[in-house]
Amino acid sequence: MSTITEVPLPKHKREVIDQAVIRFAGDSGDGMQITGSQFTNTVALYGNDIATFPDFPAEIRAPAGTLPGVSGYQLHFASNDVYTPGDAVDVLIAMNPAALKMNVADLKANGILIVNSDAFAENDLRKAQMTSNPLEDHSLDKYRLFSVELERLTKTALEHLGLDAKSVSRCKNFFALGMCYWLYNRSMDPTVRWIEAKFKNKPLLVEANKLAMKAGYSYCEATEAFQISYEIPPAKLSPGFYRNLSGNQALALGFVTASQKSGLRLFQGSYPITPASDILHELSQYKDFGVMTFQAEDEIAAITSSIGAAYAGALAITTTSGPGMALKTEALGLAVAVEIPLVICDIQRGGPSTGLPTKTEQADLLQALFGRNSEAPIPIIAPATPSDCFWAALEASRIAIKYMVPVIILSDGYLANGAEPWRIPDVSKIPDFPVRFATEPNSPEGYLPYKRNPDTLARPWAVPGTPGLEHRIGGLEKQDVTGNINYEPLNHEHMVRIRAAKVAAVVQDIPDVVPVGDAEGDLLIVAWGSTHGAITAAMNAQRALGRKIGHVHLRYLNPLPANLGDVLQRYKKVLVPELNMGQLLWVLRAKYLVDAIGLNKIQGRPFKQAELEQKIEEVLGL
Amino acid sequence: MSTATLPPITPLTKKDFQTDQEVRWCPGCGDYAILSAVQSVFPELGIKRENFVVVSGIGCSSRFPYYMNTFGFHTIHGRAPAVATGIKAIRPDLEVWVATGDGDALSIGGNHTIHMLRRNVGIKVLLFNNRIYGLTKGQYSPTSEFNKKTKSTPFGSVDRPFNPISLAIGAEATFVARSVDVFQAHLKDTLKQAAAHKGSAFVEILQNCNIFNDGAWFSLTERDARSEHVLQLEHGKPLVFGKNRDKGIRRKTDGDIEVVQLGNGIAESDLVVHDAHHPRPSYAFLLSHMEHRPGFPTPMGVLRAWDDLPRYEDVMNQQIKDVIAKRGPGDLAKLLRAGDTWEVR
Repeated sequence: MSTITEVPLPKHKREVIDQAVIRFAGDSGDGMQITGSQFTNTVALYGNDIATFPDFPAEIRAPAGTLPGVSGYQLHFASNDVYTPGDAVDVLIAMNPAALKMNVADLKANGILIVNSDAFAENDLRKAQMTSNPLEDHSLDKYRLFSVELERLTKTALEHLGLDAKSVSRCKNFFALGMCYWLYNRSMDPTVRWIEAKFKNKPLLVEANKLAMKAGYSYCEATEAFQISYEIPPAKLSPGFYRNLSGNQALALGFVTASQKSGLRLFQGSYPITPASDILHELSQYKDFGVMTFQAEDEIAAITSSIGAAYAGALAITTTSGPGMALKTEALGLAVAVEIPLVICDIQRGGPSTGLPTKTEQADLLQALFGRNSEAPIPIIAPATPSDCFWAALEASRIAIKYMVPVIILSDGYLANGAEPWRIPDVSKIPDFPVRFATEPNSPEGYLPYKRNPDTLARPWAVPGTPGLEHRIGGLEKQDVTGNINYEPLNHEHMVRIRAAKVAAVVQDIPDVVPVGDAEGDLLIVAWGSTHGAITAAMNAQRALGRKIGHVHLRYLNPLPANLGDVLQRYKKVLVPELNMGQLLWVLRAKYLVDAIGLNKIQGRPFKQAELEQKIEEVLGL
Repeated sequence: MSTATLPPITPLTKKDFQTDQEVRWCPGCGDYAILSAVQSVFPELGIKRENFVVVSGIGCSSRFPYYMNTFGFHTIHGRAPAVATGIKAIRPDLEVWVATGDGDALSIGGNHTIHMLRRNVGIKVLLFNNRIYGLTKGQYSPTSEFNKKTKSTPFGSVDRPFNPISLAIGAEATFVARSVDVFQAHLKDTLKQAAAHKGSAFVEILQNCNIFNDGAWFSLTERDARSEHVLQLEHGKPLVFGKNRDKGIRRKTDGDIEVVQLGNGIAESDLVVHDAHHPRPSYAFLLSHMEHRPGFPTPMGVLRAWDDLPRYEDVMNQQIKDVIAKRGPGDLAKLLRAGDTWEVR
């Protein structure tokens, strides 16, 4: 029996706004990632444009209530284009004092602060290293503070179910979610559907979570807590069918698509590592597409099994993060030497060593470019947004096969876990790239494994089991054409140069860059990877102020687009913002002798729009 | 269709498996004998030449693929089992053999070796054990005896050696055997038995490095000594050894084994009868370890050949087939539109 429904529905104000940033913060065990992704899914389904920033600790369950245990999920949703998860938040949900302490600085003045007041006892405050209760000491006066007894209200709502105390307490995030749905005037239906699917075999939990969410919604309605609710109309996206997509999901779907379009079996050798493991989780579900996933004994077996699978004729990929990349180094050199197709995904995270497993960084660029013994060039592709990962996977697969080379995809933790609406492509419009294995000897002397295609310099792909094409390959230096072991000085130089020429030849598949914004002017921003959204937002804001700025976002980092050198000359200054110490900057300065300036952030977090704007103004001398 | 129109099938010969590559092992190396045995056995297996793949890591033994006229892949140090696993996963129909050494398989590649064996990938592994690092010119290896004096251990090595057979059985390999480079007939017979095994087959081949560790196995290979030191295993036969076949292995009441002198009331019927096909590895492990005990012989031949475990690559591929049978073949357009979607008009 509920007392809430007996209260007459109050009248409240509803305001139409164009965007909002909301952040759910709580303990690692509070279900903040689920809460955030449910809210995201709901607003995306409604038609808002979105960008998300899940931010969680590496520890699965740090001691409850402590500062290191805080997990957060930020969402920016709007009726116009969204490029970043937002610099500051309009609404913060803090489930405990630690979450409040870690996040409140990002809340805008006069922003809405919803706090679980049941978690502010003396002991809770001590765990968050607080000496006074912020709910009472007026330190939060500049915010619109809503102290809500989430624990008690959830308990009351679920009382009649006879659920154990722990399970009841675990529903309080859905009470908070229900409040947010009320606040932004959103339907609870998508989440109801999700709850019903998720707890299919636990009807009591279905009931409990639904009830908690509805209780949160009704609480707002009944108590007139907020007095105001908001409406953010759908964004004007291009027509089509949309879904929400994270970078890691996008990579997985991209590889399945590449497998279908090339007609090759997909093989993934992988060893679990944050933040890349989700690609393995995702692909392991797609056995109906013939996808073979192999959880190897280590990072080295992950790549070498993939090399074996590629040798046997599969579209082979391996997925990892920086520390795993380091372990795969020697095998990458083997793939370069034996010239077989392979795609390596490095989902970058903060380093060195174990570093910041769950935080983002872009500091593996030079590792991807040069991190192998001797001269071992590899093409590199860097997706710019979560959904771009889909196209990067396709593109990397196509290049790997066409040129018989390993290709590296550099994604990062921010793209991997961040989500955005994705316009679902018409699969029939994605071109096939069928593979032709060698079936006949390619010379009167028999099969010559290193006889190259003159345009691509690719060698033929002859898979075991093909009669008459028996041949040997390996990591020892080979004579070009015949593939026989050869240590002669001039042959080695020829082979080193031809492997480099082959990677350089990939440039013919790379479109020229066209700067976004001004085609020439005072400042060119050159960047790569996940910084795309923040740079776009910052540049748009600065151009609106009349500044002449162009933006080139490099998708291909090796080889670089043919016209990049010319484009760099068209601007007075070049700024290279990166989440590292200046790695692309180093490459551009070395290759083009351009006096480019870096903006470097190494905090495990993406750029804020304001940081970029500040630097732009500084470089422009404003 | 008349069979008369088909060209006659010419049986493969040893020559079909030889390449034009100059063999670059030291004169007198035991590897020549192993190469010869493999080249003799392959044509007898009834497998098309193009379906053989020989994979290797790094070391003297790993040059093996260059000398076999099959598909061959000379990979990197220690990783041959992982590369071979990828090949088998995609192409279970191929006959994949790995040539490796004591350093390659047990030191740098130890992890891949044990995982390939526990998965029971259908790969034949030839472990050339010469108890020394040859290609790097004479450092001790993980099978070198304790206190081995080498270039890197002038005062003697302080590591206890691995017993490759115990290691393989410990990883629950389903086929484990031992032979010797110079016992050509025995080696060929062992290789044939390995070839007949569907799951992982692990064959340790005691091999002489006449440059850096000459005579490492003399006590097992020299005519005078070997019958005293070698226990030739045959499935279903009692464990008898000795120059006069007058010694045997008997079970003790505590489950352990002992060496007994035949006669004086002890007959062959009192001895352990070799059971290579036992589903559990404990008996084979007991045998594998006895050579370290004073007075015990070194077992030779097939210690374990239990082939009832499905091959990894078959299970992997069957799982895919089962999912397709249940769900139907994947529809890409449907996959991309899975989950919650919305339309913008």
